[in-house]
Amino acid sequence: MTTVEEGKAHVGFGRMLRKEDARFLRGKGNYVDDLRLPGMLHGAILRSPHAHARIRSIDTSAAEAHPKVKAVVTGATLETLNLAWIPSLSHDVVAVLATDKVRFQGQEVAFVVAEDRYSARDALELIEVDYEVLPPVVDAKRALDPDAPVIRDDIEGKKDNYIFDWEAGDKSVCDDVFAKAEVVVAQEMLYPRVHPAPMETCGAVAWMDPIDQKLTIWSTTQAPHAHRTLYALVAGLPEHKLRVISPDIGGGFGNKVGIYPGYVLAIVGSILTKAPVKWMEDRSENLMSTSFARDYHMRGEIAATREGKILGVRVDVLADHGAFNNTAQPTKFPAGFFHVFTGSYDLAAAHCHVRGVYTNKAPGGVAYACSFRVTEAVYLVERMVDRLAQELGADPAELRMKNLLRPEQFPHVTPTGWEYDSGEYPRALQLAMDIAGYDELRREQAEKRARGELMGIGISFFTETVGAGPKRHMDILGLGMADGCEVRVHPTGKAVVRLSVQTQGQGHETTFAQIVSEVTGIPAEDVEVVHGDTDNTPFGLGTYGSRSTPVSGAAAAVASRRIVDKARIIAAAMLECAPEDLEWDRGSFHVKGDPGTSKTIQEVALAAHGPLELPEGVEGHLDASCVYDPPNLTYPFGAYICVVDVDPGTGKVDVRRFIAVDDCGPRINPMIVEGQVHGGLADGVGMALMEAIAFDEDGNNLGASFMDYLIPTSLECPSWETGETVTPSPHHPLGLKGVGESATVGSPPAVVNAVIDALAPFGVKHADMPLTPAQVWRAMHGSPMRTDLAIQ
Amino acid sequence: MRIEMTVNGSPMAAEAEGRTLLVHFLRDTLGLTGTHWGCDTTNCGVCVVWLDGKPVKSCTVLAAMADGHEVRTVEGLEGASGLDPVQEGFMRMHGLQCGFCTPGMMMTSRWLLDHNPDPSEAEIREAISGQICRCTGYENIVRAVRWAAEHPQGAGESEGVIA
Repeated sequence: MTTVEEGKAHVGFGRMLRKEDARFLRGKGNYVDDLRLPGMLHGAILRSPHAHARIRSIDTSAAEAHPKVKAVVTGATLETLNLAWIPSLSHDVVAVLATDKVRFQGQEVAFVVAEDRYSARDALELIEVDYEVLPPVVDAKRALDPDAPVIRDDIEGKKDNYIFDWEAGDKSVCDDVFAKAEVVVAQEMLYPRVHPAPMETCGAVAWMDPIDQKLTIWSTTQAPHAHRTLYALVAGLPEHKLRVISPDIGGGFGNKVGIYPGYVLAIVGSILTKAPVKWMEDRSENLMSTSFARDYHMRGEIAATREGKILGVRVDVLADHGAFNNTAQPTKFPAGFFHVFTGSYDLAAAHCHVRGVYTNKAPGGVAYACSFRVTEAVYLVERMVDRLAQELGADPAELRMKNLLRPEQFPHVTPTGWEYDSGEYPRALQLAMDIAGYDELRREQAEKRARGELMGIGISFFTETVGAGPKRHMDILGLGMADGCEVRVHPTGKAVVRLSVQTQGQGHETTFAQIVSEVTGIPAEDVEVVHGDTDNTPFGLGTYGSRSTPVSGAAAAVASRRIVDKARIIAAAMLECAPEDLEWDRGSFHVKGDPGTSKTIQEVALAAHGPLELPEGVEGHLDASCVYDPPNLTYPFGAYICVVDVDPGTGKVDVRRFIAVDDCGPRINPMIVEGQVHGGLADGVGMALMEAIAFDEDGNNLGASFMDYLIPTSLECPSWETGETVTPSPHHPLGLKGVGESATVGSPPAVVNAVIDALAPFGVKHADMPLTPAQVWRAMHGSPMRTDLAIQ
Repeated sequence: MRIEMTVNGSPMAAEAEGRTLLVHFLRDTLGLTGTHWGCDTTNCGVCVVWLDGKPVKSCTVLAAMADGHEVRTVEGLEGASGLDPVQEGFMRMHGLQCGFCTPGMMMTSRWLLDHNPDPSEAEIREAISGQICRCTGYENIVRAVRWAAEHPQGAGESEGVIA
């Protein structure tokens, strides 16, 4: 209270240093691998060296004889526990430990529990597995060939590698538009398999207390409540005896949404040994076996008039889901939200057809800050618009400006059924062009081209669909995508807010305190955020798909409003007036027309816990909760411009400038929002220029370490130039839209468009990511390669 | 084998296998979990500590090689008078998000400033180029180091004291 008067406290939105930093700066974070419990054992996983092989036998006797080994678990052990297979997040099953076959290189085959982590690794070497190697399917385009090996013969009657067909949009209307269009441009493109690769790998510590039969799992999870419920369903464990704790998470980016075999194995290990068991994967395990992203083979077409009015977009997708269909998608949407591929434009028609196939690669498919495949959708449409600009000889900025949805068209229902909530697209693009000095850049480019230098300018304009989602449409394995929040104001006016979502670096301990503060006027310093512990937080589906602010943030805002509503009644009782006679001046009530008669929220909190007589039906204390079922998704957007120089001798791309204008509605904490954008831009540079997991003909993973899977460093990243516009969401209680994934989604096409623009003198129209020096050089010489295979 | 080393100014001694990596010795044996582990291949740099005053990747040093030597970790950055200006810079410039690469980044940054008190942006980028951050896009790390260069004594009273 005194701090408010002194004007030092942070009330509401605005730049505020992060609360969580105090421990991280001192090396006092609490990551899973930092946890040490008395008697804790260590687990390690034996993985398949083959992409596709039948397991003839497994001999664990030598490993079991190792003096420090406490348990060895195989698929056969798990079959006795009915845990060899668990449900995937997409209505398939996933092998915890292989029983019949291995289906990708790196698949889990056996688990050793030992006294220390080195001994556990030693014992893996002692396990003998006899494999009958089978031909693998590594090329998604050949997965449906009649003679392709059948990967999923565990599914009764399965004779092919087909998973699903899915369509959105009206095909006949779209075909009609294309048939009549003056200009149609088609382009095949691949969004290669990439990996989120958070700096902290995945891991867990499981402890089944043998006395009270309570299982506690500390794990690297972005969705602790969803994990608890799934463990209960899978293992038949009573949910009240399950506690999932997600401590500090060293980056997630979608990699830590799913349940991995290692988590289940740590649990099994603890049950078998009656001791806490820790399992932490190494980097190769992380890159080889946990959720990848993308792997979308797309054929896009765009229809337009000769004057450059875009009429329609259609796309055919071959989706490589790996060996198990384990993408984390809302049930109704097997291709996620890919059907937002109509982008930011006013289109008459659109249609997409997506086929999912199995291959002998790691399962997963939704990860790496993708907002449920919005990343692929934005890449598709933004590359197609640039292809159209090439064909028409149009400036890509002008072409976009001509076709962007106008502010008066919102809310806008797209041809594939999304209802965009709000947007001022031309304003954002113009701002990005102004920051970039677009016309001057084009002049510079012309001069350089005349001298034989390769400079490129790339634009992308993205619209995201985030904050999943309305539970009548969206669930994961039957769990609706609504999130709970509880706010309690203590007698002295300090507060605690309990969240279902879990930060992985986004700064929730700060921003959610600011949300409560924004509504209640309680200084953000006085609001403690509790999250990441299922015993101490309300149910909800967790943090991914940029959903924390749109869903949980809305829940926090509504619960905070309920606090203020109740405080009004209590303040009225204190001031002996009617509630409607009070004026709310964030943080205090005063009687209308009498500013001198007021009660602060802190005074109200104390009174709420005291002897004050409250009106009939009003309970004491000052707390509130909310389960927020979002009425719609939110639609953040942005305009990005990338400037590159390409070395004509080597094909090396240098990202010289990157301008990012983001509109995520009002910004809770501009410092944190900017940080989120910066990180996503680096992701985009990485995916566009260096990140990809390819496979050789034997199914060997060629991106299985940081020596092969390249991640941008400080030298590949430019100094980011950011700007903002603010278009509130009309349906979020505070107008917020979410921003976590915007830059990861929006930046790759800007980089690729810039590189292709730089290569225009060579007549290059397209080359697939990653645009490594080799790929760029080959594109310049007319033969860009497939980047998903080491087979040409 | 018995390994003795000075860690953050204090003598430490413990038994460890000859193959034990320094990062595991620090974390698992000494309980100094501020130093992290992130890859198997000396690429990511979340494990950077000082060995005899120089930054090293502690996943590529055997604990036995540090026997009789001096190690400084993130836990040794904060002094009696409070946070090191590098720590303060990372906080003020939002140079960290998930915090996992942060200890290694700060150890390298401190070394850079000790040897080059006024580094350019390019020099800072070069200094941290052997380390990976997935969250920040590096921009705010560069700003954090510049802040520390410009405030060699920390912010003092002028910008408020950080708890």
